Amino acid sequence: MDKTQLGDFVKSLKPDATVIEGKQYTEVTVADTDLHSLAKKLRESEETWLDFLVCLTGVDYGDNFGVIYHLKSTKHGHMIVLKTRTSEREKPVLNSVCDIWKGAEFHEREVFDLLGVKFNNHPDLRRLFLDSSWGFPLRKDYVDDINIVSK
Amino acid sequence: MEEIIKEVVIGEQEEYVINMGPQHPSTHGVLRLVVSLKGEIVKNVEPHIGYIHRGIEKMCESITYTQIIHLTDRMDYLSAMMNNEAVCLAVEKALEVEIPDRIKIIRTIMSELSRIQSHQLFWASFGMDLGGQTCFFYGLRDREKVLDIFEETTGGRMIVSYNCPGGLMYDIHPNFRKRVKEFIKYFRGVLWEYDAILTGNVIFRERSIGIGTLSLEDAISYGITGPSGRASGFSCDIRKHEPYSAYDRVQFNEVLYNEGDTYHRYLARIEEMRESMSIIDQLIDNIPEGPYFVKMKPVIKLPEGEYFQRVETARGELDVFIISDGNKNPYRVKFRSPNFVNLGVLNHITKDFKIADLIAIAGSLDFVIPDIDR
Repeated sequence: MDKTQLGDFVKSLKPDATVIEGKQYTEVTVADTDLHSLAKKLRESEETWLDFLVCLTGVDYGDNFGVIYHLKSTKHGHMIVLKTRTSEREKPVLNSVCDIWKGAEFHEREVFDLLGVKFNNHPDLRRLFLDSSWGFPLRKDYVDDINIVSK
Repeated sequence: MEEIIKEVVIGEQEEYVINMGPQHPSTHGVLRLVVSLKGEIVKNVEPHIGYIHRGIEKMCESITYTQIIHLTDRMDYLSAMMNNEAVCLAVEKALEVEIPDRIKIIRTIMSELSRIQSHQLFWASFGMDLGGQTCFFYGLRDREKVLDIFEETTGGRMIVSYNCPGGLMYDIHPNFRKRVKEFIKYFRGVLWEYDAILTGNVIFRERSIGIGTLSLEDAISYGITGPSGRASGFSCDIRKHEPYSAYDRVQFNEVLYNEGDTYHRYLARIEEMRESMSIIDQLIDNIPEGPYFVKMKPVIKLPEGEYFQRVETARGELDVFIISDGNKNPYRVKFRSPNFVNLGVLNHITKDFKIADLIAIAGSLDFVIPDIDR
C-alpha cells in the first residue's frame, strides 16, 4: 500500500488517530491507551502485516515523553511511523509491545534506562546500560554531574 | 562413598550460574554474559552491557551535525565508513542537497571496502574462537591491505571520519584506483584459502552446522538484520530495498540462505565478500571527475522535522533518526545499531545447546561491543 492508502486504512481501524502523510512515511499519532491495540491490529491485518519493528525511539518533549515506532512489512514492503505520548511526566507509563514484536524487549529496556519510561507487561524491565543509582540521562532536565561536555 | 558420588553429580540436577566476561577473549570486547547451566547445557543467557556506554546519543544533542560524524566512527568501528555515511545521508536528505555522482561512487566503494575488511576480521576471529589459530593470521594479513588503502586516502585506518555532510573530507589519493584494483586482484586469488582452511574443515563444520538455528519468523520478530538475518532467509538488505548512494546502478546478489544456523551465518559473510568485490569492480573504473564536496553553510541547521535514514553496515541495518527543532544542534538523535538489536536474540538461539556452542553462536552473530553500548 502507498502512503495515502496506509493512512486511510489506519483511519478505518482507529477513527480518532491523527494521520499525517509525512515526507518519508505515513505518521500516525495515537493516545497511549490505544497504542497496543492498534499496534496489534497493524501487525495482524493481512493488508498491513507490519511484522518488522525497525526502530523504537524514546523522546523527551518537555511536558511528557514520546515513543516512536518505525514499522515495516516484509511482505508488502511499506513502512509506517507510529507515535504516542505518555499522559504525564512524573510517572510515565506505556503498554509494552513485546508480545507483538519480540525485538521490542531490548528497545524498551533502553528507553526505560535512558528516559525512565515504564512499560507495562514487559517481561524483564531493568536498567540496561547504567545502574539504578543513575538518573535518566536522555531527559532534557538531566544534570550531568561529571560535566565533561558543557555548553 | 555413595554420598560423595551424589555431590559430584549435583550440577546435573540444578542450574548453576557462571559469568562469561566482561574480559573474555571470545566476546571481542567488554560484554558480560551471565550463563545459567545445567551440566553442560545452556539454559539461559543474560547479557549485561554498558561497560563502555559513552552516551553518544546524549552527546549528539550538544554538538553540531559535522561533529556528530566523528562520534559515529566510535560506534561500530569496523563499519566506520557506513556509519559516517548514514549521518551524512540523513543531513543531506533533510537539506535536499544534490550529491554529485563522483561522491556517491567513492562512498559506495569505500563502504564495500569496509564491508570486506569487516568480514575478513570476522573470519579471522571466528576461526580463532573455534580453535583455528591460522585464520587469525591469514585474515589480518589481508585486512591490512584494505586498511593501507584507507590510510593513504583518509589518514586513518579504522577511525576514518571520511564522509562529511555534503561530500567527502578529502579527495581520493592518486594511487587509489590502482591500489584498489591490485587488492581486488590479490584478494580474489586468496579467497579460496578461506574456504580451504575453515569452510571445508570437518571440525568446524561439526561445530557449526545445525547449531543455533534461527527461524525466519523469529529473525523478523527479533529484527535480526545483516548477514545474520539473511542466513535465516530474511531479505533485509537495505542496499537492495532502499538503495542509497550508488547502489541503484550496480548489479549484485543479496546472499540468502534458509537454514539459519551458525554455519550459514558464516557462509553469508564469505559470499558477501565476493559480492562486494563485484560491486567495486563495476564502479572503480567509472569514477567521474569533479569536485569531492558540495559547498555547505559553515553551520548546518536542519529544518524542523524528523529524518530517518537506513543504511546497511557490515553487521546489519543502521538507522539514524534525527529530530530537529531548527537549531544547529539536533533535538534528539537515535542510532538504531544492528548489534544492539542482534544481541537480543542470543538467549533465544543458545537455549539447550552446549556451553562451547555459545562461543560459536555468539561469534557468528559478529558483535562489536561499542556499537551495542553506544
